[in-house]
Amino acid sequence: MSLFAAENLTCVRGGRAVFARLSFSLEPGTALFLLGPNGSGKSSLLRMLAGLLRPISGRLTWAGQPISDDPEAHGARLHYVGHHDAVKPVLTVAETLHFWARLHGGDSESRVQQAMDRFAIKRLADVPGRLLSAGQKRRVNLARLIAAPAPLWLLDEPSVALDKASVKALEAAMAQHRAEGGLVIVSTHAEIDLPEATILRLDEFAAPSQVAA
Amino acid sequence: MTRFIELLRRELRLALRQGSDSMMVVGFFVLAVILFPFGIGPEPGILARVAPGLVWVNALLAAMLSLDRLYQGDYEDGSLELLILTPAPLEVLVAAKVTAHWLTTGLPLMAASPLLAVFLNLDATDLGVLLLTLAVGTPTLSLIGSVGAALVLGARRGGVLISLLVLPLFIPILIFAVGAVDAASHGFPWTGQLAILGAILLGAVPLGLYASAAALKHAAE
Repeated sequence: MSLFAAENLTCVRGGRAVFARLSFSLEPGTALFLLGPNGSGKSSLLRMLAGLLRPISGRLTWAGQPISDDPEAHGARLHYVGHHDAVKPVLTVAETLHFWARLHGGDSESRVQQAMDRFAIKRLADVPGRLLSAGQKRRVNLARLIAAPAPLWLLDEPSVALDKASVKALEAAMAQHRAEGGLVIVSTHAEIDLPEATILRLDEFAAPSQVAA
Repeated sequence: MTRFIELLRRELRLALRQGSDSMMVVGFFVLAVILFPFGIGPEPGILARVAPGLVWVNALLAAMLSLDRLYQGDYEDGSLELLILTPAPLEVLVAAKVTAHWLTTGLPLMAASPLLAVFLNLDATDLGVLLLTLAVGTPTLSLIGSVGAALVLGARRGGVLISLLVLPLFIPILIFAVGAVDAASHGFPWTGQLAILGAILLGAVPLGLYASAAALKHAAE
């Protein structure tokens, strides 16, 4: 049985059907690549998978259990990286990472250190968020993935603002996560190396226009 | 519980480092109350008569000032989505936000009130009762205000909209708080009004937490 599965998802935004009858299922250690032109619903799908957005029809299951049964348990098993980096101007990098790690129920100093090492932000540990560049903020956001373990990673355009070395670091982090049995779902327009990932083209699920909302 | 403390620590840390907000609220409160003796004349009898109402109305307005930022920052920088996705009920986040809001506005307002009592010729017993009503009433302001702040997320000119939503709901608190101080100043028992304020607070705790959480979930969709 698959670990994380979607059946017949339909998404409606602002009265317009974005995609319809979308299904997939993922085994532990696999990855899903979301491709599609602007507006094809990649971000909406990721928000739906996170539980932020309710599908108008269809269902999502984790190990056979619908995620809507226990949204908090679903929150515990995922990390979501969206368009905004959630970095507070007055909190330092280390404070930000410790905060998110503790809220996720595991704050071990070694994991936070490991996360800062992975994305090369250790020397920024005491720098407040307002002094960070866009790429550095993104790296802090990505470091949350390592600072507290969670099996499901939902990454919406994670490589935006990243330099080449950081993209490599992200690829390495994703590879290690999958080797440990984790799941990665990524949407991107850029080149990200994700070996043996299943590709999901959202334009193939585009809803026929003017479906009733 | 540990998540509540963690969130509260973050809120207080943010409030302390961003500074000014809480000081501005108290500054507005003190200045606005001080304007009245100039406006209606320095007659001590009149001032003492209107003092409880003045203090309370201005406390309501001052509390409104900081409400529109309660969730707005987290909404704009993406923190709210992540906070919704943490493995804890959203009500815990709301409780931490409300507690932090009260500690940084309600409590300073109470601390400033004795000074204003001197300006307004309010005697010591009445001041005691006024402080008690503020202690029981201002947490309710933060709770109701939190619902308003969550509802207007994403709306333009949210600050004005919050006032329209929330100020009418503050009326019962105003009535019973001022009623208690008035009763005390005329030598009547005032514990009844205080008990009603307490009851409103107890009712506002579950309602405020639940309604704010529902509004936040809706805003994040």
